[in-house]
Amino acid sequence: MEQPANTFTYFIAGYAVIFGAMLIYLVSLVVRWHHLRQDEALLTQLEAEKANPQARDQAFSP
Amino acid sequence: MSTTPRALVVLDVIAGLALAVAAGMVFFYAPLERVMGAVQKVFYFHVAAGWVGMLGFGLAAVAGIIYLMRRRSRWDLLGVAAIEIGLVFTLINVVTGMIWARPVWNTWWTWDPRLTTATIMELVYIAYLMLRQGIEDPERRARFGAVYAIVGFLSVPLTFFSIRIFRTIHPVVLGSGDPTATGAFSMTPRMTQTLMVSLVAFSLLFVALLWHRLRLGELGERVEQLRLKLQS
Repeated sequence: MEQPANTFTYFIAGYAVIFGAMLIYLVSLVVRWHHLRQDEALLTQLEAEKANPQARDQAFSP
Repeated sequence: MSTTPRALVVLDVIAGLALAVAAGMVFFYAPLERVMGAVQKVFYFHVAAGWVGMLGFGLAAVAGIIYLMRRRSRWDLLGVAAIEIGLVFTLINVVTGMIWARPVWNTWWTWDPRLTTATIMELVYIAYLMLRQGIEDPERRARFGAVYAIVGFLSVPLTFFSIRIFRTIHPVVLGSGDPTATGAFSMTPRMTQTLMVSLVAFSLLFVALLWHRLRLGELGERVEQLRLKLQS
């Protein structure tokens, strides 16, 4: 009886692409989340300083 | 808002487990196809990825319609999230199709109706993301995005039905297709079960990713509002 074609390498390559792409997308979500959290914290701080400039001056005074 | 909702954590776990079960079935339960061999097993996640891609684009069109009716930014965020995830899974679908094609069709790529329409669909939605970047005003960007998502959706049924309408070498596994298709095979009960589990697993994964991406979009919107407030 004839054997199936030996295509195991392609099978592995296919699943490497599938899980690799999913992993890259997950990492991109995490990285973007952290960057936005940092931006949010910085902008909130700037907003607070803009609303109360004295607090900023006091923070930098010796 | 920064802590992940409990329901989302539960959904993540369920989606992860479903994906592990689907992968286990592909590797150990589904039979080896007697002509193509192991590469045929790419089929299960190839089809599931294509399904999720089209689901994302379809959801974006629905979100676009609702946005135009209600003008709530949440629907715009949902549309972008669905399209981004749809793009990732359509790319997986196209690349795994190429890998499957190489040993079966003896080529990585051919301008077959299905491959061509799937590529056009992917490019249509890549253009959507690129064009959005060029619009500063959030309201205008959302309106443009909604209209684009609705019009762009025309590429989805065109891709889906391409193998049923045109003469093609791409096999139609579910339903009847062109008899000249190369790489067609009959589904055994184990193959059908594995495909169904893969479709469910990918659908759960889609919902989990969509929720995460929606939260990211909401955070991005808050940051953008803070930035605009500081600039004014």
